Amino acid sequence: MRLTCPLCGPRDRREFHYLGAEEYLRRPAAEAASAAWDDYLHNRDNPAGETRDLWYHEAGCGQWLLVTRDTVSHDIRKVELVATLKGGAK
Amino acid sequence: MRIAGKGLTDPSVPVGFRFDGRDYVGQAGDTLASALLANGVKLVGRSFKYHRPRGVLTAGSEEPNALVEVLEEGGQRTPNVRATVQELYPGLAARSQNRFPTLGFDLLALNDLAAPLLGAGFYYKTFMWPRHFWEGLYEPLIRRAAGLGSLSRQHDAAAYEKAYAFCDLLVIGAGPAGLVAALEAGRAGADVILADEDARMGGRLLSETLVLEGRPGMEWVTSVLAELESLPNVRLMPRTTVTGAYDHGTYGALERVGLHLAPRPYLPRECFWRIVAKQAILAAGALERPVAFENNDRPGIMLASAVRSYLNRYGVAPGRRVTVFTNNEEARRTARDLMAAGVPVAAIIDARPHASAVEDCPVYTGATVINTRGRKGLSHITVRHGGGEALIETDCLAISGGWNPTLHLTCHRNGRPLWNEALAAFVPAPGAVPGLEPAGAAAGIMSTAACLASGQRAARGALEALGRKPAAIRLPAAEDAPYVIQALWQVPHAPGLWRRAWLDFANDVTVKDVKLAAQENFVSVEHMKRYTTQGMAPDQGKNSNVAALAVLADATGRSVAETGVTTFRPPYTPVSIAAMGAGGRGTGFAPQRFLTSHTASVERGAPMIEAGLWYRAGYFPRPGEADWRTACDREVRMVRERAGVCDVSTLGKIDIQGADAGRFLDFVYANTFSTLPVGRVRYGLMLRDDGHVMDDGTAARLADGHFVMTTTTAAAGQVMRHLDFVQQAFCADWDLRLMSVTEAWAQFAVAGPRARALLASVLDAPPDLPFMGCAPVLVHGVKGRLFRISFSGEEGYEIAVPARYGEALFRDLLARAEVLGGGPYGMEALNVLRIEKGFLTHAELHGRTTAFDLGLGRMISAGKDCIGKAASQRPGLTGPEREQLVGLRPQTEAPLTAGAHLFVPGEEVGRAQDQGYTTSVCYSPTLGSWLALGFLKNGRARQGEVIRVVDHLRAVDVLCEVCDPVFYDREGEKLRA
Repeated sequence: MRLTCPLCGPRDRREFHYLGAEEYLRRPAAEAASAAWDDYLHNRDNPAGETRDLWYHEAGCGQWLLVTRDTVSHDIRKVELVATLKGGAK
Repeated sequence: MRIAGKGLTDPSVPVGFRFDGRDYVGQAGDTLASALLANGVKLVGRSFKYHRPRGVLTAGSEEPNALVEVLEEGGQRTPNVRATVQELYPGLAARSQNRFPTLGFDLLALNDLAAPLLGAGFYYKTFMWPRHFWEGLYEPLIRRAAGLGSLSRQHDAAAYEKAYAFCDLLVIGAGPAGLVAALEAGRAGADVILADEDARMGGRLLSETLVLEGRPGMEWVTSVLAELESLPNVRLMPRTTVTGAYDHGTYGALERVGLHLAPRPYLPRECFWRIVAKQAILAAGALERPVAFENNDRPGIMLASAVRSYLNRYGVAPGRRVTVFTNNEEARRTARDLMAAGVPVAAIIDARPHASAVEDCPVYTGATVINTRGRKGLSHITVRHGGGEALIETDCLAISGGWNPTLHLTCHRNGRPLWNEALAAFVPAPGAVPGLEPAGAAAGIMSTAACLASGQRAARGALEALGRKPAAIRLPAAEDAPYVIQALWQVPHAPGLWRRAWLDFANDVTVKDVKLAAQENFVSVEHMKRYTTQGMAPDQGKNSNVAALAVLADATGRSVAETGVTTFRPPYTPVSIAAMGAGGRGTGFAPQRFLTSHTASVERGAPMIEAGLWYRAGYFPRPGEADWRTACDREVRMVRERAGVCDVSTLGKIDIQGADAGRFLDFVYANTFSTLPVGRVRYGLMLRDDGHVMDDGTAARLADGHFVMTTTTAAAGQVMRHLDFVQQAFCADWDLRLMSVTEAWAQFAVAGPRARALLASVLDAPPDLPFMGCAPVLVHGVKGRLFRISFSGEEGYEIAVPARYGEALFRDLLARAEVLGGGPYGMEALNVLRIEKGFLTHAELHGRTTAFDLGLGRMISAGKDCIGKAASQRPGLTGPEREQLVGLRPQTEAPLTAGAHLFVPGEEVGRAQDQGYTTSVCYSPTLGSWLALGFLKNGRARQGEVIRVVDHLRAVDVLCEVCDPVFYDREGEKLRA
C-alpha cells in the first residue's frame, strides 16, 4: 500500500501510523451530551466502499493526513492535510 | 541421454554432482533435472500419499514431482527444491524425498496397495474416534507417512537479503512478449525492470526451434538482451520470480542470488524484493497441462513442452523411443524436433479426430492413451484407436492437454479470470490489477508473431500512461500458426479399485477423488479443493487446477465457466520465510537506540536492559557483589545517603514554542500550565479523550512562549503523535510549533543529599533553584539546562546538555560523584526509588486507569476544557467500584510479585472474588521490606485493611497491609530540602 503525502510525495505504508476514522476530527464540545461523546469515541461505520480515515506521516513530515480511499478496490482517492482542512481548524 | 550438438549447455565444462549418494556429471547450463535425465535417471521421487515412483514432469517452477533435498555443508539442507529450477553447480548434492529406506524400495509404497481405502476424505472419515486418539496416535502417524521433504532441525544461519526497487515499468517474464515490451519501453527512455524466474532470459524461445526474421530464435534473443543490457535505464533481473501483485503498483519478487553457486561466501542465498512500478506488464507465458488417464503418473511421462525444453535447451533426449499424446497442434513440434535430432518417435496419439495424419512417424488421430505400464519407468502405453487397442513400446510419453495462461498475478487483488472456450482455458480479466497489463501467452495469445505484437502493444499502452512517446521498434517476422485445440481433460477408465487417473501429481489427487467429492456434495470448487487437497501442494495446482475443475464440472453437469475457479493468492511460487524476514534475526529484529552514556556504562560492566528500542544500564556492579540485588540495594542507599547519577535521556522531550504554547498545554494536560511562571516546572497529567490516563511527565517554562515537555520513555512516540494530532486537528490556527527533541539532549538525573554539591562543581555559576525550578546553566562553558525535579524522592536535579556533550558530562559527573561517595545508578535502583516514593510508570499508567484511580482526580482542572475531561467524568470512571492505587506492605518477609491478584483473607480465591492486582514490586533497602504498588477496589478507603496477595504462577500467597502508595517521605521534606 502506498499513500501520496501532500508534502512528501508517494510513500510506502510503513512510513505511516494509522489512527482511525475521520470522526476523530469532529470532537464534541465539552458540554455535549454523553451520546455525542459516545459516538465520537466509540461508534464507527465499517463501509464496503469509500471511507475516510486518519494517517500520520510519522517517519516523514509529522503531518496528519485525511485519506479518502475505497475499502473494496483499495483505490486511494484523495489525501489531504488535516491542518489545512476547510472548517477543520478551530 | 545427451545429444551432441543440441542445446545451450556447455559440453566443455563438465559439472560433477551427487544424487542419492551416487556421483554423476552434467554440464554447465544444466538444471539438476536435465542433468539427471542426461544420466538416464528417471525415477527422482515418491509421491505424497501413495508413494508412487515419480519422474520429472515439467521443465519449470511448476514441477510437482521432482522435489529434492539439497544438502549443504554442516548438515544443513533445503527441502522441496524443484530439481527443474535448481541450477547445477560443481559439488551439488541432493537426495530424493518421501521414501524409506530408498527411492528404489519404499516401504510406504504399501499405501499404494491400500489405495482403495485412501481416497478423498479418508482421513476425515476414519480418524474421527475416539477423539483423544487424534493428538497421541493418528496425527503423529499421518505426519510420518505423509509429507514432503524433511528439515535439518538446525538453525538456518545462511544469509538472506531484502531490497526495494522503483521503476516506470516492470516487465514480468522475458519471453518473446516480455523482451519486446522491455525493448520498446527501454528505447523510449522509460526506467524498466525486466524480471524472469529463469536463470537465462528468452522464455520459450530457449526451448523451441523457432525461426525469427529468418534466423534461429536464439540469435534474436541474444541481440535483444545485448541491447537491453547496454541501456542504462533497463535493469535485467534473471533468477527473479515476481511472486505477488499488491496494492498501488507494489510487487513482491524473490531473487535466487547464491543458490546456483557452491561456495558463496559473499552472497546471500536469496533476496526478497519489493518493487514499486508505475506500470507493469505480465508476460509470464503459459503452462502446459497434462491429461488424466489411467496410470498417467509413471516416470517417463512428461509434458510435451518439457520434452522440447530438455531436447532443445539442454540437449537431452528424455527417452530412446518417444510417443506423443496431444489434443492440440502445437505438441506435434515435440515429435518433429525429436525426429530432427535423430530420436525415434514411436507414434503421435492425437485426440482430435480430424487432425492431420501427415508426419514422419505413425499418427493415430481420434485416439487416446488409456493405460501405461512400467512401475519405476514407463515401458508401454495402451492406445485406443478406431474401436481397437494397441500396445506401444515406449520409454517416454510426451503429453499435452493444452496451455493455461500464467495469469496468477492478475488474481492477487481478487480478480477473477474469464473462461475462454476457444482456448479451453482461463484468461485474465481486463483491468484485474490496475496498472498490470497481461501480454503474450499470459493473455491467451499463442502464436509467436502475435506474442511479439502483444508485447509491443502492452509497452505502448504503458508508455502512454507514463506520458512517453513510443519507440516504435520493428518486430521480427515469426510463425503465426493458429492455436488449434480440442478440450480433453480425462480419458475415462473402467471402474476398478486400483484404477486411477491422476490430476494433481503433487498431492496424489485422482479423477476418482474429484468425482467422489462431487458425489458427496462438495460441489463448490473451494469445497472440492479442500476435501480432495487438489491444488494444495507446493505447486499450488499449477498443473492440475483447470483439469480438476473440468472434471468437477463434468461430474456436476455444469460448464467450466459455471463451476468457477479457486482463488490464486500470493506467492506464485514458494518464498522462504527467511527471505521475507531477511535481516530480522538477532539484533536485526528491531532498531537499537543507544544513549550517550552507553559506552561508559558498558565499560563499568553494567548489563544493558531493553526499554522499548533503548538500551539502559540495569545496575553498575562492583567487585564482590554477588547478584543484581546487592548492587541495586547499594545504589538505592547511595542515592538516599549521598549522591547518584542516572542517564534519563530516554524520556521523551518535546519543544513547544509560540504565543499559544501555554494555552495548548492547558488543552492537552488535565491541569493548568498557562499560569506557570517562567523558570518553573510542573508535573502534568495527560488524558486520552476517552477519559483514561495516557501519560504523565513535566513541562518547564523556559520563556514566555517556550516550554519543554518531558514524557515517559514508553509513551514518547505516542505523545508526540497525539500532540501533533491535537494541534493539527483542533488548534491549526494557533501560534504554536512542536518538535521532538528527545535525541538532541542528553539528560542526567543527579539525586541525593549531596547532589547540590556535585552540581556546584560542574556548573560555572550554580543557580539556587527552588523545588520545581529550572534555569539555563553553563556546564564547563557549554549551554545547558538545569531542572530541579526528582523521580527518587531525594533532592534531585536533571541536567541537560546537547547530546554531543553527553558522554563527557556523564563521565565527569561519575568521577565527581565518586569523590563524594556517590556514583552511577541504573534502572533497577531507579525503579526501587520511585516505588518507595509512590511515583508512577506505565506499569500503573497502563491504559485502563483514570486520574481518579491514581488519586489524581483533583488535577483535572475545573476551570477549562481539556482532552479527556468530558469522558473522565462519565459514570463508571470514578467511584468506589473502581480499583484505586494503593501501597501494599507484606506482614512477613516474603517476596511479592507484580501481576499478583488481591483477595479478601478468608474468602475463596477465584475470579469472581478478585479485588485487584499488583503492578510494581521491589525490595526496599530503605524500609527493609518488600513493597508493592497495586490497584484495589475502593482501595483508598481500605487503608489499614489486610489483603491477601496471590500469584499462582509463582507460588506467592502473602498477607499485606493496605497503605498509602507513598511509602517514603510522605511529606516531601527531602524533595524541598
